[in-house]
Amino acid sequence: MSGHSSYTPSNGFSRWLDNRLPIVRLAHDSFVSYPTPRNLNYFWTFGGILSLMLVAQIVTGIVLVMHYTPESTMAFGSVEHIMRDVNYGWLLRYLHANGASMFFVAVYLHMFRGLYYGSYKAPREVLWILGVIIFLLMMATGFMGYVLPWGQMSFWGAKVITSLFSAIPIVGDSVTTWLWGGYSVDNPTLNRFFSLHFLLPFMIAGVVILHVWALHVVGQNNPSGVEVTDVNKDTVAFTPYATTKDGFAMLCFLIFYSWFVFYVPNFLGHADNYIPANALVTPAHIVPEWYYLPFYAILRAVPSKLGGVIAMFSAIALLAFLPWLDTSKVRSATFRPVYRAFFWILVIVCLGLGYLGSQPPTDGTTFVARIFTSYYFMHFLVILPLLGLFETPLKLPTSIADAILAKTGSAAAMGHAAVAEPNTKG
Amino acid sequence: MLKIKIALFAGFVAVAGALSPATAQEAHHNLVPEKQNWSFSGPFGTYDHAQLQRGYRVFREVCSNCHSMKFMAFRNLADKGGPEFSESQVKALAAEYKIKDGPNDAGEMYERAGRASDYFPWTFANPEAAKAANGGALPPDMSVLAKARSFHRCDWFPCDVSNALLDVVTQYQEHGPDYIVGLLNGYATPPAGEEIAPGLNYNLVMPGNKIAMAKPLSDGQVDYTDGTPKTAVQYSRDVAAFLMWAAEPKLEERKKTGFRAMVFLILFATLMWFVKRRVWADVAH
Repeated sequence: MSGHSSYTPSNGFSRWLDNRLPIVRLAHDSFVSYPTPRNLNYFWTFGGILSLMLVAQIVTGIVLVMHYTPESTMAFGSVEHIMRDVNYGWLLRYLHANGASMFFVAVYLHMFRGLYYGSYKAPREVLWILGVIIFLLMMATGFMGYVLPWGQMSFWGAKVITSLFSAIPIVGDSVTTWLWGGYSVDNPTLNRFFSLHFLLPFMIAGVVILHVWALHVVGQNNPSGVEVTDVNKDTVAFTPYATTKDGFAMLCFLIFYSWFVFYVPNFLGHADNYIPANALVTPAHIVPEWYYLPFYAILRAVPSKLGGVIAMFSAIALLAFLPWLDTSKVRSATFRPVYRAFFWILVIVCLGLGYLGSQPPTDGTTFVARIFTSYYFMHFLVILPLLGLFETPLKLPTSIADAILAKTGSAAAMGHAAVAEPNTKG
Repeated sequence: MLKIKIALFAGFVAVAGALSPATAQEAHHNLVPEKQNWSFSGPFGTYDHAQLQRGYRVFREVCSNCHSMKFMAFRNLADKGGPEFSESQVKALAAEYKIKDGPNDAGEMYERAGRASDYFPWTFANPEAAKAANGGALPPDMSVLAKARSFHRCDWFPCDVSNALLDVVTQYQEHGPDYIVGLLNGYATPPAGEEIAPGLNYNLVMPGNKIAMAKPLSDGQVDYTDGTPKTAVQYSRDVAAFLMWAAEPKLEERKKTGFRAMVFLILFATLMWFVKRRVWADVAH
């Protein structure tokens, strides 16, 4: 995809600069002339939305740091100081706290888009794995950020999650003590989580650059899943086509985000986190943030502690092997009717696991969580490898241009391609 | 496709079935607090400043005998979007308190009259003293209490999920004050056979039904000068509104800013939509 550059410096200065540091050329090739498949739907706008969210989180976070005190007896009070005394402190904090949730909303949609359209398949394996790494870093960052207000859920969430490492045989307890910086979750834990919460977003930004780089080498996948054959017929320039479309999608996403920030800012949090951390009082029901709930359900579904921890981390690590677990040569679920059904079952199973993770464990919820957990692993380890061997895909369009023609050309030619679109509204 | 849909539906029913007996087992007997009419609910909500002033009165005369409110300063009582007492009223209110200050030049602590810049003082010198005076129970700080309390209207699937979604759409965020009103009016005589340990009280709303705080409000207890009925129910509503303001003092500013942000974003998005359409008009996609 990264063909020859179409950038031509327009004046003496830009020619001079271009011969020394072709940074304008880089920007031009990446965000102006970069060819993007013309049939992308609104599910392809989440990459841009995620970049926006990363910037928003870093900007609000940097300002919050100016007013926050990472010390166990003062952290809770400093957050209240931000809410009460800092100019627009309430806005910064609610933007940041809800921004984390919005970041995960966008990343989950982005990931399921990848699953639906087979965006992880050759030649995009490295692009996909970098995405899994970003997701892992995001989870670590989000978890440590939730600890910083030092409320009851911060404290007990930190305790539950860090205690997981004690399940490691032999060295488990030492590892946990080392993570805590003491014999329980306390001030040293808060301090190091603060430090790491500041560091990790910049690591995310670094991996995002690699992610975008890898994307620009192999080019974007598209709803038809067939590769670009003719750049002129199949693609349009990033600017103005993708920029205006991404811009519109970003604004719609900001409206959704603003609804939470301005009208229900505490909906996605937990009331208990407005109670200052207390090592002597355990909350009735410890729940992590909503975006960890499916994995929390998997953790609790396994009867042994070590088994649960392994299952939880495998559930994420598994994604990195997806390019080789899915044996089908066809990318897009549009042309894989059986896979499409299994995809939607997986979506329901993940939502179900999320719900179960939010519930107090009972015999009933544990039973269902076990079925769903088994299914989650089955999907990736059994169904995907076998499906590629047995499924007969529909006839693929010969090119992106053909796929568009089939969709927009005549009603008779619309066929499966149009019907199967999960969403064209965004 | 239809078969798959039927299978999915059957699966859903099975799951719901598996979940419901589980929730029925641990059904507790808590009364779900009633939804109150709050002036500060909804996208254009604002605090009823007279109500906040009355609520402050209830807090000052009743709650603050045991509860602290350490993040609140007297000056905040004059803030816009709060009870909006005048500056001179705030000075007078603060001056009625003795504040421990110091050390002075001689190295000694001393007492002085309160100032507008002082934070609300606590009756007790420390949490241990508060516990000793309250039968071993620590009265929680009230600064963010209205955001630290919540409840579920139902805990069975899918009622809980639909209620949560409805809360987002209808912007229902007043769980805290509704809970406080419910709790303050939730004192009752325990059902026959229920043992209540000495020092505990029976309450329909409190999780577990046992609460250390004795019924704090009764009719006629606090003097209102604006003709508002002097009933325990009215006191509970006023103090819950005051506690909501204490927990979320920038609520009015937030909702006003939110409206402007929404108008801006919706206009911008509409324009962007037309730009996008224009750009893509000549391209089949």
